[in-house]
Amino acid sequence: MSGANRIKGRGRLTPAKTVRFTFDGKALTALEGDTLAAALIANGIHLTGRSYKYHRPRGMLSAGPEEPNALIDIGRDAARRTPNVRASVQEVFDGMQARSQNRWPSLAFDVGAINNLASPLFAAGFYYKTFMWPKAAWKHLYEPIVRAAAGLGVSPKEADPDHYANHFVHCDVLVIGGGAAGLSAALAAAHAGASVILCDEQPETGGAFHHDADAKIDGVSGWDWAQAATAELRSMANVRVLTRTTAFGYQAQNHVALVERVTEHLANPDPALPRERLWQVRARQVVIATGAIERHMVFANNDRPGILLASAARTFLNHFGVAVGAKVGVYTACDSAWATAFDLKQAGVSVPAIVDVRPDLDPALLARAKELGIEVLAGQCVLDTSGTLRVKSMKVGRASGGSTRSIAIDALIMSAGWTPSVHMYSQSRGKVVWDEDSKRFLPGKHVQDCVSVGACNGVDDLADALEGAAEAGLAAAKAAGASGTKAWGAPGSAISASWAGSMMGAAGGAGAETSVKAFVDFQNDVTAKDIRLAVREGMHSIEHVKRFTTNGMATDQGKTSNIHGLAIAAETLGKPLPQVGLTTFRAPYTPVTFGAIVNHARGSLFDPTRRTPMHGWEEAHGAVFEDVGQWKRAWYYPRPGEDMHQAVNRECRTVREVAGLFDASTLGKIEVVGPDAAAFLNLLYTNSWDKLEPGRCKYGIMLREDGFIYDDGVVGRMAEDRFHVTTTTGGAPRVLSHMEDYLQTEFPHLKVWLTSTSEQWAVIAVQGPKAREIIAPLVEGIDLSNEAMPHMSVREGRICGVPTRLFRMSFTGEAGYEVNVPADHGDAVWKALWAQAEPLGACAYGTETMHVLRAEKGYIIVGQDTDGTVTPDDAGLNWAVAKKKPDFVGIRGMKRPDLVAPGRKQLVGLLTRDPSVVLEEGAQIVANPNQPVPMTMIGHVTSSYWTENCGRSIAMALVADGRALKGKTLYVPMPDRTIEVEVTDTVFIDKEGVRLHG
Amino acid sequence: MLLIHCPYCQEERPELEFRNMGEAHIERPKNIADISDEAFEAFFFIRSNPKGVTHERWRHVHGCARFFNAVRDTVSDRFVATYKSGEPRLEVERGEDGELLVKGARS
Repeated sequence: MSGANRIKGRGRLTPAKTVRFTFDGKALTALEGDTLAAALIANGIHLTGRSYKYHRPRGMLSAGPEEPNALIDIGRDAARRTPNVRASVQEVFDGMQARSQNRWPSLAFDVGAINNLASPLFAAGFYYKTFMWPKAAWKHLYEPIVRAAAGLGVSPKEADPDHYANHFVHCDVLVIGGGAAGLSAALAAAHAGASVILCDEQPETGGAFHHDADAKIDGVSGWDWAQAATAELRSMANVRVLTRTTAFGYQAQNHVALVERVTEHLANPDPALPRERLWQVRARQVVIATGAIERHMVFANNDRPGILLASAARTFLNHFGVAVGAKVGVYTACDSAWATAFDLKQAGVSVPAIVDVRPDLDPALLARAKELGIEVLAGQCVLDTSGTLRVKSMKVGRASGGSTRSIAIDALIMSAGWTPSVHMYSQSRGKVVWDEDSKRFLPGKHVQDCVSVGACNGVDDLADALEGAAEAGLAAAKAAGASGTKAWGAPGSAISASWAGSMMGAAGGAGAETSVKAFVDFQNDVTAKDIRLAVREGMHSIEHVKRFTTNGMATDQGKTSNIHGLAIAAETLGKPLPQVGLTTFRAPYTPVTFGAIVNHARGSLFDPTRRTPMHGWEEAHGAVFEDVGQWKRAWYYPRPGEDMHQAVNRECRTVREVAGLFDASTLGKIEVVGPDAAAFLNLLYTNSWDKLEPGRCKYGIMLREDGFIYDDGVVGRMAEDRFHVTTTTGGAPRVLSHMEDYLQTEFPHLKVWLTSTSEQWAVIAVQGPKAREIIAPLVEGIDLSNEAMPHMSVREGRICGVPTRLFRMSFTGEAGYEVNVPADHGDAVWKALWAQAEPLGACAYGTETMHVLRAEKGYIIVGQDTDGTVTPDDAGLNWAVAKKKPDFVGIRGMKRPDLVAPGRKQLVGLLTRDPSVVLEEGAQIVANPNQPVPMTMIGHVTSSYWTENCGRSIAMALVADGRALKGKTLYVPMPDRTIEVEVTDTVFIDKEGVRLHG
Repeated sequence: MLLIHCPYCQEERPELEFRNMGEAHIERPKNIADISDEAFEAFFFIRSNPKGVTHERWRHVHGCARFFNAVRDTVSDRFVATYKSGEPRLEVERGEDGELLVKGARS
């Protein structure tokens, strides 16, 4: 048996198909197709959780996504646990572990329930009032305790083992919602030839037919009609039907995000399946058919387990075959609850009384109630309820006073009418409009290419909804360009339960003067009293009321609470309701997992990894890699027994004494070609390029318009009209963008073409006294002698039989070459060079050694020794700024008053008094270490290394008026000591530069 | 995600392919080396930040890589029009329903 409250012959599930699950460790049985909510109620369980703030016992309120109370932790195993899942949405699968949340030590006995007794402390705005002082206590005392006590679920600690999928899809018409209106619109659009996507958040389409068993369309039940319509849609090639799929975000230009729960309902999902699928739909037209959500009645203690929406009780009965109780009271302001009462009574459930706040009732309803033997209390209210873990009785009487009566019940169903679900419309940036006749907010002008149909558009009559939706579906198909000729006619006849009657705000007995707990927002524990308090305390805008009370916030987004909250605020303010306005409905419509959003973008797929052609060799030779942007660069090559320090010392020595091979392939490279190429570079760099002969290269500095250094690199002139430009590794994309920007928008008259060649050339730096000896046997067609190919020249020829652009240049201060070969040959050429180099005693070196060697020579690294506020003069690079050019980018910015004023920080060298002390990069520099704190900081260390070649530490620093301080002593205060340093120039080795020309 | 019409590709493409490049129609002075501090400040630092009509530059960086100009309503996020760089500033006006239209486009 799948629960004592299962009623034989009721519902649409198959009695033989049972599944087993646990709730708080207790083994229970359900039917396949049950939601957790249905399965729990079938087993007589209403109590499912403790409320957010007061820890009040709570149970299911709804049978749908509007559920604010029954938030459950659903688990498959330790890593597959999802907190805060709505019991009314989660389907039970065999082996599912469900746990209640926000209770300790147990659901029935919860210590946190003391909050309910202490509730005067926790009134609206209590955060802002109670925990004001002392300041530090908020962070260390109040916040941790409040967060632990007032909480939702706890997320799993393990990494998510599942994968998620992401689809971008385009369609003519997206229909959101698979109820009567949505199906009608989809059929009309599909028959007109449009490509259609229909999505519905439930496992099956049918919308309100889940509960409304009276509905009839063309003589068959609404449910059967919906299933037939869905089968027809599924059979059409131009239609995609997505169930268990929630439209949660309506973005600009009909970009609608859907999330499909693919395996959440399966006991043993195929591991190949994604757990969830994110659909990013771009629709030409959108039909919003999201239906309506029933409101609860706001009265004292309306939150006890067993008190739920009438439509939910009807769904549990008619869809799942489950009675919500044995003695069910009814409290309503709307006809639709009567239909539930009648269905329950006919199913054999006792219905002691229907309490309806309306004094005048439809005679047909009264007659039917009489026929079924149900007592009717018209014009009366439920004034209070009793029962701790389950409702036990309702106190009934007139709001105006007089005698009251207690009626024993074990469940209470309620309806204050229906709120059109305008969430998607509102997210599409449409403004809702108050409809005075029906007293509700409805979609106004649609600002995107969309239309609202059915109950979400305020259409209560089923026949009208079907017809209107069919017209809208056809119109959407035509607007999207569909040219099909087959017309689909909406069904001729349709009847459904009446939704007449509604009330907003607190019902009798929970009026302004009372201090009862009449809940408006169950999820956030907001009562009618809280909203009145907010207004009294000066929150006159509904947006302020919302934030002060948290009404309608968080995952709930006010599905059941917004209108009640607004009505109470309006009443307290004494203003008509539409004048108070409605808060904005925000995405997501219901919570979306991080897994679905993050999707594939995690782990190694979070960001691309770029590897050079020589990566495999480097790995095989023990390189340790460092991340430089997306690149993996060989950092150093430790030999057995060496740590990083020892490896770098050895590499540094070897390069200066013998030679080294370095993978410089990550350097940015841009080919600048055209008759105006030199003129263009004159504008983009500070240097002058006119006199650079083909076959020579030069160090160039690029500024931004503000006069600060943007990038640097060596530029080779391959021909009159062709330059090989190099950029920093990280700067390549932005330098190309910077160049393209000026070329396309400011200097479009120049005939120049720019091409990124960063990944086309592999670059091998061969540096050191034996560099020429290493490359010479492999090079063809290039005279490598000092006379024919001096420092800073470039030649084209062949190496190892493949074309090369061979640069004679140096970032080490040694004589050296940078061998550019087509990337596909990089690995082979590297290996050939290594075969030459290794027997000579040369080494392969990594980026750390490259950094040390360049620092020994005072070569800057843009982004390390500069920070976007350094001018060429600050960096000591004035020699690279052409004095006679009329224009270049940065020429004016460089002359700004602050950039030429004295006192600017200038790049200098630093030598510590104690040569064994290595400064920390970023450390601050002061002139007088004995001054009081806070000291005046006059600069900071930009680069600092131990150099084996100098036998000591060296550093570079930006220091105010630094060049004038050469020889002076400055101080670097550290937490444990103050380090004395001497200011020097920035060249620490071979000051004359003779080695370059060796 | 917005859809943006690239005036070079003549096609609407998703925003992912584009990058916003700041305010449009700010021309670099031809005699920039000689302008005053105030003129440089106005050219380089001062930008408008309107509520409503904005003229801005975009680059179809993951497409044709061209820079172009756009008129957009910062309130509705709606693009009124896009046009090639170098073309004159496109003037717009509000239609009767408050929608922005290219001036003269109304028939």
